[in-house]
Amino acid sequence: MTSVSAVESRSTTARPLPAVDWLLVLAVLAVGAMAVRAILYTPADAALGAVQRILYIHVPSAILGMYVACTIMAACGGLFLWLKDDRLDRISESAAEVGFVFLTVVLATGAIWGKSSWGTAWAWEPRLTSALFLWFVLLSYLVLRDAIENRDTRARLSAVLGVLALLLVPFIHMTVYLFRGLHPDPVVLQPGKPKMPPEMLITWLFAVGAFALLFFALLRLRYRWATARDARLMLEQA
Amino acid sequence: MCAARLAVAESPALVAERVTRKYGGRVAVKDVSLTLSAGDCLALFGPNGAGKTTLLRMLGGLLKPNAGTVRLHGNELPGEAETRRLLGVISHRSMLYDALTVRENVMFAAECQGLRDAASATTRALDMLLVLDRADTPVRALSRGLQQRVSIARALVHGPRLVLLDEPYTGLDETGARALTDALRALKASGATVVLITHNLSEGLALATHATIMRAGTFAHEMPRPEASYDVGEYAALYREIVAGGE
Amino acid sequence: MRAHGRCGVSASFREPSFVADAVRIARKDLLIEFRTRSGFLSATVFAMLSIAIFRFSWDPTAVTSIDLAPGIVWVIFTFAGLLGLNRSFGVEQADRALDALLASPVSREAVFAGKALGNLCFVLAVQVIALPTLALFFGLPVAPEWWGVGAIALLAAVGFAAVGTLFAAIASNTRLAEMLLPMLALPFFVPVLIPAAQATSKLLAGLPLTEVIAELKILAAFDIVFVAACTLAFPFTLEE
Repeated sequence: MTSVSAVESRSTTARPLPAVDWLLVLAVLAVGAMAVRAILYTPADAALGAVQRILYIHVPSAILGMYVACTIMAACGGLFLWLKDDRLDRISESAAEVGFVFLTVVLATGAIWGKSSWGTAWAWEPRLTSALFLWFVLLSYLVLRDAIENRDTRARLSAVLGVLALLLVPFIHMTVYLFRGLHPDPVVLQPGKPKMPPEMLITWLFAVGAFALLFFALLRLRYRWATARDARLMLEQA
Repeated sequence: MCAARLAVAESPALVAERVTRKYGGRVAVKDVSLTLSAGDCLALFGPNGAGKTTLLRMLGGLLKPNAGTVRLHGNELPGEAETRRLLGVISHRSMLYDALTVRENVMFAAECQGLRDAASATTRALDMLLVLDRADTPVRALSRGLQQRVSIARALVHGPRLVLLDEPYTGLDETGARALTDALRALKASGATVVLITHNLSEGLALATHATIMRAGTFAHEMPRPEASYDVGEYAALYREIVAGGE
Repeated sequence: MRAHGRCGVSASFREPSFVADAVRIARKDLLIEFRTRSGFLSATVFAMLSIAIFRFSWDPTAVTSIDLAPGIVWVIFTFAGLLGLNRSFGVEQADRALDALLASPVSREAVFAGKALGNLCFVLAVQVIALPTLALFFGLPVAPEWWGVGAIALLAAVGFAAVGTLFAAIASNTRLAEMLLPMLALPFFVPVLIPAAQATSKLLAGLPLTEVIAELKILAAFDIVFVAACTLAFPFTLEE
């Protein structure tokens, strides 16, 4: 089979990590610029006050952590089961870990937002509840990876979990919205959907772009690190 | 027997072509090829970690090779149910459920093989391995050697055409060893193919039509069709030399 | 091989049957369970004991039993079920009996269906004992709505058994095994537990079955999607 030798040659010839990751630098600058714009040049929401600006972090992180990261993890997992290419496993692993960080940010900013606008740090708001359960799914994915020493087994079993996790997402959404039907919760600002003033909308779109850049820069960095790690393991075992 | 049976005997029964298996980065079996016909018995010798068990599991379709193919009568394993039915697997792990009785275990295996008359096939297999008097004893109450005999009965109950054995003599007493040797002789005579891993050179050579010494995932020495009178002492010296050469 | 079949051997073999294979494996698992009893006993004792402890430690004047019971009973079922799931692949791994099963003509999907069916029976048996205990200790009225609760329990148990069996197979391949299973499986039980608990509480409050259609739909959809997905995914959890 050609893929075996191909994987081997790729791994053993992995280049050393570059000293400066320009994509990451660019992403950090973009996020910084977004923050400056959000704080200095975008008016705060009249009703919600300054804390509303936390949504410029919260919502992009949620989109990337919940949807983008989980989709990449599951899609690469499914492809791995089919193609058995180590690179796909490394992308899954990286997406899960970066997604986990983003979801942690979502939960933290959600709690800050909740404390200041609803008076309680955790209000079982449905979106946040979904994020919490997904956070647990990603955590268990990472723990599963950690619990398997054999690399092939780890890749295969975590790919199965990754694919099932994507199937779980719609069910978690359905469940938490059903749950809300019984427990009405505070009125939520729904960013994206309601009419925002144009300055806020532009800042918000800018924020999504900046965080997407950050997400993919971190994903690439984490992936390169995984490649280097695997190459080192390969050399040690050879 | 009908004429088609002869065709089976002439065409190779088990063909492995350049199989390779890796665990993580470590290569366990490297580029191994072999061809066995009906009635052949291959003895696989070699030190621990030489890749014998990995090769055997690939021959039985329990492990997929990273490269290369294994074919049993022209069909890839694990493949279709019909192909897997040709297979009997024995290892030093008993593959039995220790809470169930001897008969329940062998009967379960016979039914999983799809035998119509599983009950009488079970009785026959238990009789052949001399454990019929223990048929209603739970497996966990048996000694290691008796468990191994039950495990052999379990693997042979459906009359497999390819029998894979991983150190089957471990734990067997003289009676058990003789019963196993007799069963394997009968299988060979009936045209089954046998692959045997063992550390006991004389026992392996007594049965083998082919003998191989594995080292570091490859066949370090192949000896086709050793004569029955082949000198075990000479082979043992060769074995030691080959194994020492790898260190 | 064809010749082998033509030479009369085929007469002594049946065609492999998915349902027969699955039922045989489930029956074998239940027989082992019946012989050893350890799993079922510990699960039912755990369930009854936790129901009693929950009831005793709760202040009945603050929360009424009908509000409290549904949530508790589903959490208890989950953990009692996990006790059974942990054993499910333990018996296969102990002496590598799974290898013999995989080398036999039985398909991998039938192995999964059999293991899941065995676990389903296990979970249902625990429920059959735990639900009357709940009614007794919580002083719940014995009324026709229990048929509805039974239907919900059955739907929930199917999804639970399918997902739980798959994760038990995954966990049995790791070095943490028993400790990992709850962590892997619990997030997947959310769409089972929450609708089941909510529907149970509605029914016990006297609402008609038509009021819990939304919950039943989620449970049924979960069963269909995850029974199919887990059956397809199971072969990938085996060493290959």
